[in-house]
Amino acid sequence: MNSLRNQFLGTWTLLKKELLRFWRVAFQTVAAPVITGILYLLIFSHVLDSRLEVYEGVPYMAFLIPGLIMMSLLQNAFSNSSSSLIQSKVMGNIVFLLLTPLSYIQLFFAFLVSSIARGIFVGICIYLIAILYVDLPIEHPWIVFLFAIFGGGLMGAFGIIAGVWSDRFDQMAAFGNFVIMPLSMLSGVFYSIHSLPASWQKVSQLNPFFYMIDGFRYGFFGQSDVSPYLSLSIVILFFIVLSYFTIQMLKSGYKLRG
Amino acid sequence: MKKAIAFKSVKKNYGQLKAVNGITLSIEEGEFFGLLGPNGAGKSTLINMLAGLVRPTSGSISAMGFDVVKDYQNARHSLGIVPQELVFDPFFNLREMLRFQAGYFGKGKTNDIWVDEIIERLDLSAKASTNMRMLSGGMKRRALIAQALVHRPPIIVLDEPTAGVDVELRQKLWDFIKELNNEGHTIVLTTHYLEEAEALCNRVAMLRAGRLVALDTTTNLLKKFAAKNLKLRLSAKKLFKLPSSIKEINFSVDNEFYTFELKKITDISKIIAALNKESIEILDMETVDQDLENVFLKLTGNKN
Repeated sequence: MNSLRNQFLGTWTLLKKELLRFWRVAFQTVAAPVITGILYLLIFSHVLDSRLEVYEGVPYMAFLIPGLIMMSLLQNAFSNSSSSLIQSKVMGNIVFLLLTPLSYIQLFFAFLVSSIARGIFVGICIYLIAILYVDLPIEHPWIVFLFAIFGGGLMGAFGIIAGVWSDRFDQMAAFGNFVIMPLSMLSGVFYSIHSLPASWQKVSQLNPFFYMIDGFRYGFFGQSDVSPYLSLSIVILFFIVLSYFTIQMLKSGYKLRG
Repeated sequence: MKKAIAFKSVKKNYGQLKAVNGITLSIEEGEFFGLLGPNGAGKSTLINMLAGLVRPTSGSISAMGFDVVKDYQNARHSLGIVPQELVFDPFFNLREMLRFQAGYFGKGKTNDIWVDEIIERLDLSAKASTNMRMLSGGMKRRALIAQALVHRPPIIVLDEPTAGVDVELRQKLWDFIKELNNEGHTIVLTTHYLEEAEALCNRVAMLRAGRLVALDTTTNLLKKFAAKNLKLRLSAKKLFKLPSSIKEINFSVDNEFYTFELKKITDISKIIAALNKESIEILDMETVDQDLENVFLKLTGNKN
């Protein structure tokens, strides 16, 4: 019956399926965001590299890369869980999961880890291409790793919420266009918030994406707009709150079980 | 005999609508059980509550002794559900989909032999590596049955398994399901095809408006609700009133045929004598066995 071994295998199977699902359409799920990230990099660095130096001794192109990596990582972590769930709901094949003995914790874990994996994979691809153009050593690898894991996890959990809540593709697109995109573009990917007026600096500090980008960037340069430990604490706090909310949502069967 | 499934005072309300209104019934291990009823009778809601897709408002349901809410994980190990809709995962081929489904139940690589066996038994071997999108409707239907079987559940629930399936495939599916029952699986079937229930099920429950209106063996139900019918073609174009001597016998008219419901076989001579007396000539005559459809119509009051 439902032994620990069975539960482990069940979770692993769903995780494997979710990983394979995005890999089967890697042109859309990996190649497209990598190309978008590289285009941002080439265009902004071409225009601004000789005119801007945000951190002392760090060329603008190098400054840009960690932010772009993190932005892509976050967007793709969100897309992975949210698109998988909305597609399954619209196609009706979500029933295959709901009929299984997989618990809400197992579902949460598998969707979350696959989202983190896709986000990190896209991020690594952008990094590997970017270092062909610019020297970019990682000063604090553990900081980079922690922000990637918790940032990806936070967005993976948010993607589960969006996927469960949405009934149609246009509702899902609204999350991407009106929440994820503005928050990520206004998070300091392309600039330091110190270059903003004081009032906008305060507004930026209300944006959780800002802490994910700023802390992640600290891992590369050892420099950031706010303390990386403050950023990491805020990101972990958001991750815990969203995870709790997501688990409760799955446990209640909201929009999944009648 | 042990109970495979037990519904106890199960209710499901959607606002004011009582989709299932206090159903109590149990299904024994190894039974071939039919769940019949018109649209909206509550069949699918009942199945969905058993499967854990819908939560009961009150009452309890168990599968192989495991409560489907409190001990849902063990209960779901006992159940193989074939959904009514032709759903599939477009990212994978048939074999992958079946292996994933088995994996969710904790079945590892050792189960792959069983997966291949099901594929073969359902005549899907040629399409095992084909993406699910490319399969025909009949193949997708068989794939759904295969999916329900991958974890070797003792109970198999088929929600309208032959809806939209051609006659040849329907027969094949019937044979396959009968085979599963002979192997010891408990089968629960919901269907609109009454001849399907009559041909396959040992016992039948009929639902109407969320309530159980009949629960008995198929044979008993047929015996209880019907003797033979007498079908006559008469010379009278319109028989507005039956002769008084036989007016207690129910009849219906379909074109020029009059079908009398016989309570006992001696009713035949009564009818013939009464018609002769009124000089109504009998042009043709046959006796017809009552079928489950008539029982169903009587109990559910549904003409659909």
